[in-house]
Amino acid sequence: MTRAATSHVNGVVTAVGVALLYLPLLAVAVLSFNRSRFGVGWQGFTIDWYARVLHDEVVMRSAWNTLLLAVGSTALSTLLGTMLALGIARYRWPRRIEHALATLIHLPIVTPDIIFAAALVVAFRALRALTGLFELGLETMIIAHVTFQISFVALVVRARLETIGPEIEEAARDLYAGTFDLVTKILLPLIRPGIVAGALLAFTLSLDDFVISFFTSGPDSVTLPIYIFSSLKRGISPEIHAISTIIFTVTAMLAVALQSLTRKCET
Amino acid sequence: MTESARDRSGSSLRSGAGVAGAIGWIAPGVLWLLLFLGIPSVLLLALAFATRGSYGEILWTPTFHNFKKLAGFGIFGWSSDYLWITARTLWIALATTLACIMVAYPIALFVAARQPRWRSFWLLVLMIPFCTNLVVRTYGWQLVFSLVGKSAIYPGPLAVYIGMISSNLSFAVLPIYTSVERIDWSIAEAARDLYGSRWTVFRHGILPQTIPGLAVAAIITFIPCLGMFVVPDLLGGGRYLLLGNLIQQQFGPSRDFPFGAALSLTLIIATLIALRLYRRPAEEAGL
Repeated sequence: MTRAATSHVNGVVTAVGVALLYLPLLAVAVLSFNRSRFGVGWQGFTIDWYARVLHDEVVMRSAWNTLLLAVGSTALSTLLGTMLALGIARYRWPRRIEHALATLIHLPIVTPDIIFAAALVVAFRALRALTGLFELGLETMIIAHVTFQISFVALVVRARLETIGPEIEEAARDLYAGTFDLVTKILLPLIRPGIVAGALLAFTLSLDDFVISFFTSGPDSVTLPIYIFSSLKRGISPEIHAISTIIFTVTAMLAVALQSLTRKCET
Repeated sequence: MTESARDRSGSSLRSGAGVAGAIGWIAPGVLWLLLFLGIPSVLLLALAFATRGSYGEILWTPTFHNFKKLAGFGIFGWSSDYLWITARTLWIALATTLACIMVAYPIALFVAARQPRWRSFWLLVLMIPFCTNLVVRTYGWQLVFSLVGKSAIYPGPLAVYIGMISSNLSFAVLPIYTSVERIDWSIAEAARDLYGSRWTVFRHGILPQTIPGLAVAAIITFIPCLGMFVVPDLLGGGRYLLLGNLIQQQFGPSRDFPFGAALSLTLIIATLIALRLYRRPAEEAGL
């Protein structure tokens, strides 16, 4: 009786929610094919802006930086996060240490990104004073991204590790497998879906980040989101629409891949 | 992790490799997190009690200067600007969280009522914008508002509210969906069989079962809202500043790290209070 009426309301609210999420993305995508150089009035279909973006040196360098940042930080954080997950899950730590480790891992997740960024800026300044290194640039950005990615990778991998019973390890031990063999030949192949999912998540998070990149970047390490943000100060342009649409498309593909992978992990 | 899971999974490396081996596995990650997040956070707290010298250098004489400045005492007398911005930040974070939950709850009910294979489709639809860079989404709103015509909305508070809700909605949907999916509908049906009104059925049969999800949704929406600076920057037209904007100014153009640290500390305290309040319903729900 009332179920139908309620679900009707739910459907309407869902439509509103989807509109709230997709309206801005739709506007960007549609206007990226608009011939008009200024303003938002429709003046015919064109793909010129995409061609122009691909030949724009500054944009291409920013795209390259974005990719370097995402790939570099993902590689490093996947390694560190996986090791962390293995070390935490496969050893019975004293309760207090286990608690401290859990707090440390959750710290990057509960810290508002602007505080996280501020702390990193302070860290790099102090380290620069101490060592002379850590000049703001792509390297500091990679360090910054790794710092928030580690946690996500560790949590995803640990979730996968928990699905593996101890019998397999015990069997390997009984057959005189050393720790190295145990990890490389038994555990790693078993948790590989978890590692891949963690890496994909880390990659997506890197592309999604703006605030932390913005704080820790130098003049030569402009990424696409930073490029867009600073261009907006000079007003909107069709090239920015095109770049944004490309970013959205890549993200959507990553999200689809991530979801199908997570589902595979669960089964 | 439950006690039994701990017992099951904890044994093997222990017998084989010992403490040294296990420490070797976690050391790189732990050191990394300590070096780039743990220690810097402590440094940030200390910095809040330092001051900025005339050349942007940091003077480490302990002082409450930054907090006096935050409370409005400056060289030109008292002004309420910073306090006003702080209050506004708390208010907009609260309002956005409430609005997100009110939109997310029906969405979660809607998705949970679909066929299983359609549910993952809907979750994907809800997650894709969330994974898209915030700058792109916010700038999309600039376009939407200019398409509608430069009205009273943009740039201004209403544009900021819409942008905030839009950018945080997905945060709220997932945890609510997770607890809606686990609802024991027989309780709701029992309430209905006892001639409960539609509201009573919801209030007593459905809502209590989703409190844990609601608490998580509230906290993970509220925290990012507190530190938001992209949305007010791009949609508020510089007239609707939040704490996030102030912090960005101190670490960016103004180069006043100590004052930025004091503002950050204010934000951290607000976050901790929120986490504390969140614990209560979560503990009652047995989390």
